[in-house]
Amino acid sequence: MTAPNATLPVFIARRITVAVPMIVAVITINFLLIHLAPGDPTTVFFGDFVPSQAQVQELSHRLGLDRPLYVQYFTYLATLLRGDLGFSYVAQTPVLSLIFGRVGATALLMLSSLALFTTLGVTLGSLVARRPYSPADNVNAVLSLIGYSIPVFWLGQIALLVFSLQLGVLPTQGMVDVRAGYVGWAHVRDVALHLVLPVTVLGMRYLAINSRLMRASMIEALGQDYVVAARAKGLREATVQFHAFRNAIIPVVTILGTNIGELLSGSVLIEIVFGWPGLGRLMYDAIFSRDYPVLMGLFVFISVGVVIANLVTDIAYGALDPRVRRT
Amino acid sequence: MDALWYAFSRNRPAVAGLAGLIAMVLLAVFAALLAPADPTAMGGSSLQPPSWLHLMGTDDLGRDTLSRFLFGARVSLTVGALAAATSCTIGICVGATAGYFGGWIDQSLMRGAEFMEVIPRFFLAILIVAMFGTSVFIIIGVIGFLSWPQIARLTRGEFLTLREREYVVAARAIGVGSGPLIFSEILPNAAPPLIVMATLQVSTAILLEAGLSFLGLGDPTRPTWGLMLNNAQPFIRSAWWMAFFPGAGIFLTVAALNLVGDGLSDVLNPRLRGL
Repeated sequence: MTAPNATLPVFIARRITVAVPMIVAVITINFLLIHLAPGDPTTVFFGDFVPSQAQVQELSHRLGLDRPLYVQYFTYLATLLRGDLGFSYVAQTPVLSLIFGRVGATALLMLSSLALFTTLGVTLGSLVARRPYSPADNVNAVLSLIGYSIPVFWLGQIALLVFSLQLGVLPTQGMVDVRAGYVGWAHVRDVALHLVLPVTVLGMRYLAINSRLMRASMIEALGQDYVVAARAKGLREATVQFHAFRNAIIPVVTILGTNIGELLSGSVLIEIVFGWPGLGRLMYDAIFSRDYPVLMGLFVFISVGVVIANLVTDIAYGALDPRVRRT
Repeated sequence: MDALWYAFSRNRPAVAGLAGLIAMVLLAVFAALLAPADPTAMGGSSLQPPSWLHLMGTDDLGRDTLSRFLFGARVSLTVGALAAATSCTIGICVGATAGYFGGWIDQSLMRGAEFMEVIPRFFLAILIVAMFGTSVFIIIGVIGFLSWPQIARLTRGEFLTLREREYVVAARAIGVGSGPLIFSEILPNAAPPLIVMATLQVSTAILLEAGLSFLGLGDPTRPTWGLMLNNAQPFIRSAWWMAFFPGAGIFLTVAALNLVGDGLSDVLNPRLRGL
């Protein structure tokens, strides 16, 4: 006995009711960490910054440290849900504006990599699935193992070494050539050239993950009855492959949301290697100056991003395949 | 057991992985005997390229890279193994409870696991280690605590099917309690896929630790491969050996673990063969 499939709007509403508690839970983790961390909660907010007596009092009052813990919790929750991610005393700037200044660069790096290497991985996986254990398939298996196992920042360092010392054809640091000061199309071309290495290095892992997953799922799809039936009907091989492909791609869509979370971690590390001016650089500096409001703000910001990305992939998946709307 | 070993030994990549892994463990265990110098001793000439005196060169503080590499293997492998042990313990307990009892217990535990899987764990790990200090025990605990959901999901799935098996029903009928039923009847039968997953947990834990250390969140008193890569970053253009060897260590260890995991999965789960 199976429950009837929910209609799409009901399904979407149900997924949103799962997403909202996740964001509340993330904020709760921050609140717990502030209170569990060594020292007074205000030390967490000031980090290495040496505050004046007046600043300490002002902050204690704003956090409501003289009131009961549950009042403090709801005050904190309300502040964050309003979009106020706090203030960095080290940088003397609101955390959200620090993040907004950097998020574009990270998004450019991450989304280019995601789009390019998901497409490449899916193509590669479905091509090698036609002839399992052929030489091309074995080469792909070896490359996948490397992609899976190599630390992304080390791959970046090696690429940097090779390209900056031996070849000199691609820029290896930053997002633009500051000295040239390009504008217009020359600027776009400059950024694109700076993107090549970090995007490729970042994408190797997803090339491996997607091609492996796509290969397995395509092999399974090609063994299904409907493929045999399609061949028996005398359909062209390209049409048969396309039928199998449409079903085989579903698992790749489902892990897109998870991949986005991992890609963000990878970007942070890659940005440090290539001097890319994004969130990773911001985080690296915050770690060194013990700027906890920035670290907590980044955690909330990135979590919200990942939760939304998962929500969108879930909904896309539910729209593509009505069977998943059942539960 | 012999049959399993025979099947495993036919898988050449897996055997190569196992050999590499054993070699790396031996290097780590005998680091103190093999290292030509004290890994923390400064004062030699700095930034020397590899030579017969320093097979892997020296770093910016004149420390011998080979010695740091060997002691780094010790820390990286220990952190990986202990973090995986932590996550497997938590994951098996949660998954077994959820799968065995079912109902609302299952629902709420799996909701928790789903939450832990969605939040970006690398960033939470960074936050916690930055706040609570970079001691190696905190790093092991954090990685272990953030990695259990996969294990829990797998254990739960196995328990859901195994608890309906006749031998379990029979054991329950003759009055075997829940505890013994979970640990001595069901768990051993759920072990094969868990062993495969545990191998992969070690490799992801090693990568996570390396990532944290690379961001400067490593234990400064113990050289790890990730910390060495962090030290190498400013000298990347002038001293390639500082980055090359520790990174190769991480890569080879993780690749060896993944090969062993794939090999075990072929041997232990014949259903999945060919995938």
